[in-house]
Amino acid sequence: MSTAPVLEVQGLVKHFPILGGLLQRRVGEVRAVDGVSFSIARGETLGLVGESGCGKSTIGKVVLKLIEPTAGRILLGGEDVSSLKPGAMWAHRRRIQTIFQDPYSALNPRLPSGTLVGEPLENFGLARGAELGERVAKLFERVGLRPDAMRKFAHEFSGGQRQRLGIAKALSVNPDLIVADEPVSALDVSVQAQVLNLLIDLQEEYGLAYLFISHDLAVMRHISHRIAVMYLGRIVELTTKRALFEGHLHPYTEALLSAATAPDPARRKRRRRIVQGDVPSPAKPPPGCHFHTRCPYAIAECRTLAPPLIEVAPGHHVACHRRPVGGGPHPLSTTV
Amino acid sequence: MTTLADTAIDPPRRFSLGTAIRRNPTIAFGGVLLAILVLVGVFAHLIAGDPLRLSPVNRLRPPSERWWFGTDQFGRDVFSRSVYGARVSLIVGISVAAISCVLGLLLGLVCGYFRRVDAIVMRVMDGIMAIPSILLAIALITLTRPGLTIVIIAIVIPEVPRIVRVVRAVVLSIRSQPYIESAIAGGTKNAKLLWRHVLPNTMAPLIVQGTYVCASAMLIEAGLSFLGAGVPPEVPSWGNIIAQGRTFFQIAPWTILIPGAFLALTVLAVNLLGDGLRDRLDPRLARRL
Repeated sequence: MSTAPVLEVQGLVKHFPILGGLLQRRVGEVRAVDGVSFSIARGETLGLVGESGCGKSTIGKVVLKLIEPTAGRILLGGEDVSSLKPGAMWAHRRRIQTIFQDPYSALNPRLPSGTLVGEPLENFGLARGAELGERVAKLFERVGLRPDAMRKFAHEFSGGQRQRLGIAKALSVNPDLIVADEPVSALDVSVQAQVLNLLIDLQEEYGLAYLFISHDLAVMRHISHRIAVMYLGRIVELTTKRALFEGHLHPYTEALLSAATAPDPARRKRRRRIVQGDVPSPAKPPPGCHFHTRCPYAIAECRTLAPPLIEVAPGHHVACHRRPVGGGPHPLSTTV
Repeated sequence: MTTLADTAIDPPRRFSLGTAIRRNPTIAFGGVLLAILVLVGVFAHLIAGDPLRLSPVNRLRPPSERWWFGTDQFGRDVFSRSVYGARVSLIVGISVAAISCVLGLLLGLVCGYFRRVDAIVMRVMDGIMAIPSILLAIALITLTRPGLTIVIIAIVIPEVPRIVRVVRAVVLSIRSQPYIESAIAGGTKNAKLLWRHVLPNTMAPLIVQGTYVCASAMLIEAGLSFLGAGVPPEVPSWGNIIAQGRTFFQIAPWTILIPGAFLALTVLAVNLLGDGLRDRLDPRLARRL
């Protein structure tokens, strides 16, 4: 097994054209993803967190090559797949699978669940006939479903069970990486925990890596090893889970954590930092640092110059002009 | 293992005709009416006498015991002619619906799925839709020998775009469903994706649209025959019968009213069936099975 990261993304850009006028000319673009780089090691979970519209789901789809990147490189196990045409991409799809947010609409209502779960196996010629049935039955058991449910249709399952079907399908071809786009946000909290624990178990068992997209910090805290915080198409902070929750450096991360409810009542007394105003439109992002319009610490430089993502401490990257230099104490004196 | 499987599957519901009719009265009514008309058409030679036999002595006789629906200006039995007319209408209606559904489905799938082909094909379809269908049919038929085949072809051409539009719209909406992305991410290739995931979902609207095309084809055929541009005048089609009875309408209204009623009834049956199927097959409505 190579030591190359399972997934490496370099300077990923995805702009969606805005068409307008009588001739449907390009009148502008939505900068959904605006220069994002990260990598995921084998068996690691990278959480991608941010509010809605910040581009996290777009990253997931671009990485899966369900939509084409505008610029940047996507390396799957060291191989550049970013410019591959759909036909050439096919061979790589076995290594990167996905779990969708809404487990109901991600399952074709007209096919029995066993057929859906076994479809990737069939597509890649990994099993057929009786062997296919056996492998699908094993997958059902592995994700905690009864194998005889294979004949049932998607609408006959509960939400949590449907998500288990989605996981079984993703798992079927033994991928290296699973892109999980808000896989538990449509589920009840009690079911969320079951599904998350299943994902963690599977990770340990098969050495899976996850790109885990969510807006829910509690979920992130449960499953992620490292977390990237996104704001308006850019990563503003990327670090380990522990460093993020206990020593975050970016004002946006601070606001995000402050807005989330703390499980510990003693902590609820801390000062809340609620950011003012709305997220600017990704069609017209502000110049400089995208967050400067809402940042309580913004200085003149922030309005003109976009701060690069810089490693301020080992493994701790932050994109802020007011970051501490040389890893010293942070000028914002964070809340924890 | 088998016991587990047995308990997990719901016991099969027994089909009850009464329940089926109560739940879908329009399908039942339209279906039964259409079935009767199809049987009439198929067994016309057993039900009715010779539709072409002239009997100049018995011209323009009103409906009576001997001539149920009266006779026309040549003494031909209007009942026999109307019964045989069902054949022409049903053949035209069903073959136009079948041919335009197959062509429309293929073009619609390709247009909805391959966006580059779409731009070209849909402009051609728009062009065809801009031509009045009766005029196109008259033009085509005057260019060739009149006959059933050319009538069918002449009606299929303007009907195909209607089917293409419906199928294309359905394919476009299915394309954006997460389960299509999920299938692509799972390595499903184009042909299989279309066949397994897209095609089954287009069937319901296709069948419904097909019934409307069938009804409108029968009306266009009658219109063409009435104008003398349809099937040859010796073939008893409803349009022909009405056209020939036109001049005697005031003294022998049955020559027009009877075939007209047949036509209206058939179109009504097909439309009722289509409406019923639309309500029944629409996935947005609650499944009442």
